[in-house]
Amino acid sequence: MNFGFTEEQELLREQVRKFLEERCPTSTVRSIMNSDAGYSSEHWSQMAALGWLGLMIDESHEGVGLGWIDLIVVLEEMGRSLCPTPFVSHCLTASTLCELGNEEQKKTCLPGLASGDTIGTIAVLDIPDDPIADNLTLQASADPGGIILTGTKPFVTDAGSADLFLVAYRHANKPGLAIVRRQDDGVSASSTATMDLTKRTGTLTLENVKVPAAQLIPMTEAQLIRLLDKGVVAVTAEMVGAAEAIIEMTTSYARERIQFGHPIGKYQGVKHRLAEMYVDVESFKSLAYFAAWCVDEDPDQLPRAASLAKAYASDAFAQMGIDGVQLHGAIGFTQEYDIQLYLKRSKWARPMFGDADYHYERVAALTL
Amino acid sequence: MDFEYTREEEAFRQEVRDFLDENLPPREQRGSDFMENWLARVREKRWVGFSWPREVGGGGGDIMSQVILKEEMAARRAPPLGTCMMGLAWVGPGIIQYGTDEQKARFIPDILDSKYHWCTGYSEPNVGSDLAALQCKALRDGDHYVINGTKIWTTLAPIASWISMLVRTDNFGSEEAKHEGITALLVKLDAPGIEIRPIENMAGQRAFAQIFFDNVRVPVANRLGDEGKGWAVTISSLANERSSIGEVTAMYSKLESLKELVRRTTRNGKPLSDKPSVRRELARFEAKIEAMRLNGLRYLTRQIRGQPLSSETSVNKLHRADLEVEMGDFAVSILGQAGNQTRRQEGAVDNGSWAADALGWPSVVIGGGTPNIQKNIIAERILKLPKD
Ligand SMILES: Cc1cc2nc3c(=O)[nH]c(=O)nc-3n(C[C@H](O)[C@H](O)[C@H](O)COP(=O)(O)OP(=O)(O)OC[C@H]3O[C@@H](n4cnc5c(N)ncnc54)[C@H](O)[C@@H]3O)c2cc1C
Repeated sequence: MNFGFTEEQELLREQVRKFLEERCPTSTVRSIMNSDAGYSSEHWSQMAALGWLGLMIDESHEGVGLGWIDLIVVLEEMGRSLCPTPFVSHCLTASTLCELGNEEQKKTCLPGLASGDTIGTIAVLDIPDDPIADNLTLQASADPGGIILTGTKPFVTDAGSADLFLVAYRHANKPGLAIVRRQDDGVSASSTATMDLTKRTGTLTLENVKVPAAQLIPMTEAQLIRLLDKGVVAVTAEMVGAAEAIIEMTTSYARERIQFGHPIGKYQGVKHRLAEMYVDVESFKSLAYFAAWCVDEDPDQLPRAASLAKAYASDAFAQMGIDGVQLHGAIGFTQEYDIQLYLKRSKWARPMFGDADYHYERVAALTL
Repeated sequence: MDFEYTREEEAFRQEVRDFLDENLPPREQRGSDFMENWLARVREKRWVGFSWPREVGGGGGDIMSQVILKEEMAARRAPPLGTCMMGLAWVGPGIIQYGTDEQKARFIPDILDSKYHWCTGYSEPNVGSDLAALQCKALRDGDHYVINGTKIWTTLAPIASWISMLVRTDNFGSEEAKHEGITALLVKLDAPGIEIRPIENMAGQRAFAQIFFDNVRVPVANRLGDEGKGWAVTISSLANERSSIGEVTAMYSKLESLKELVRRTTRNGKPLSDKPSVRRELARFEAKIEAMRLNGLRYLTRQIRGQPLSSETSVNKLHRADLEVEMGDFAVSILGQAGNQTRRQEGAVDNGSWAADALGWPSVVIGGGTPNIQKNIIAERILKLPKD
């Protein structure tokens, strides 16, 4: 029994944190989030050089060959820094290809993903937001030697920066994933900024896109759900880091800001709320770590574990975003001050891969 | 990271299970001598005082095995390993850590053998959360202390033989130096000058009492630790109350009984288990209990690795307090008027046990340090915010 990280994992955390503190302070976050691309290609190649982009890709396909427990260490730190990057989408793409792709597909796609030359994302649901199989509705039509896809996928994270899309479809009553490239005929992807400028979303439009059989990955409904559960885990891990940043910023402000002759952190209206935030983050952190462990080590437990983590985190982090601003007073409301960036992140994270209502209901369905 | 147990740990778990198969018959098959036999059998196994050193009669067990033992016992709703609850929880550990050889020889075997009850005298009418401000005084007279004052909310006092108590021997009336001058004494409750008045709680039980001390003489040999250093004795013996593992198992089984209740209860012709608000609330309980389980394992791992913990245990204490109130109230709130029936009413749902649950939370929520105090602890010790 050992519910802690290894020395190597702690070193990885140190490395990521140091990198982000040096290369991606909030001044940098702000300039990237206000750029057209919405991410920094310079960061991207540095991350590739450090091996993070191929973290979960096996060594025979030019990756590093680590697992989900290693990945969440990186994700937690990314969340803490708010670094705008298609990293989450990219990892989900790589992890899915590693697990479901055939050898030929792996050989063609994985080395490019590991080196960062290709940016990947997933385009799964046609009806947002609950991550259930019924919300995948895109029907492929038959074509000699493959399928034809026509339709639009809404809210595709990082659609604007991705080169490679794993597009979910249904054909002959079975779900599948098509490997589609941005430059393929009939493919167009838009990019929009929503409330949280550090995360980009977009619409993927497919018009008569011919996908040859070699680019198709057959999948079961269970594998579809597992893919979405990985998304749940990844987003929740980012929420842990971002939520810790809210506590850190707000406690240090509460130690310094003087009102009524004392630091405001002396007053229980302030300190007790911070203590409650600490309790919440400690708790959804434990739940998220366990869910991440389940991805590789105990897949049967993953649905319940992932839902418990995301349900808890969605409610708690959203409230922390609001209270973080509130506890700063007017300064927290300013564009210039960073705490509001975390409030916006909490809005982004809440519905991603299912909100608290969805996940609590799923737990009830599994256990009641 | 792994959630596996070593082969020795698995073997120990199996040993506990086998033991329970053999020695824990279903409730309806237990005879009148069941409890006596049970206590003797677990004592033989050296599972009473499981983590205490073998020299004093304990089991010398490691942390992991203790967790396994607690888990298995809670999963089967086994009776406690001894009836001397406070003795096993903190009086014993305090004596082992601070007591003289004579005190150890005199008290530890009796605690392990459930010979009599201990109670704990900390709180006073004017002293609750701010325990260090305690006023009950003891003055030295030759080789005795003479106690005058009162203790209140003393659980088990009506049936206990001994009390482990804190008195003030110095720094009377000093707010700045209140932590100094506190002394821990072990006092026999039949000493002349002691009067015990039971207090009835809102659930109708008389489990705690107020104790009055009028010139009670206690031999100096019954002092635990040095004179004036009782605060340290208290803090470190309370620290023995740590791992929440056994509690988590118990809370999971409580959650199961709530689930079972909503499945068999209908409202407007439909099972309550179909009602969205009921489903969400039960799932929310589950998330908190699972978080407690995993927080506990994370902190336990740190302990095993020898990394010191700060006050992280307050995290689970706060969850436990919330859950105690919320789960205790849940059944009565969904059962409507029938939920308020007590066991005195003929035909009450489940014998009125839900109503009893709704009145039981203060033992946990107030008794072990209130939520506000736990939040102060987290804010001040972990988040380093100023003291209030
Ligand atoms: C069932 C039960 C069993 C008990 N058994 C024992 C026992 O065996 N031995 C024993 O010695 N004692 C026992 N106690 C007493 C228990 O330790 C005290 O009740 C507890 O420490 C709180 O003290 P108090 O009741 O005086 O409340 P107070 O300390 O007066 O608190 C009243 C309210 O004020 C709040 N408060 C107090 N200080 C602060 C602060 N600084 N900031 C914010 N809020 C604050 C509290 O949270 C609480 O809500 C028992 C209590 C109960 C309910």
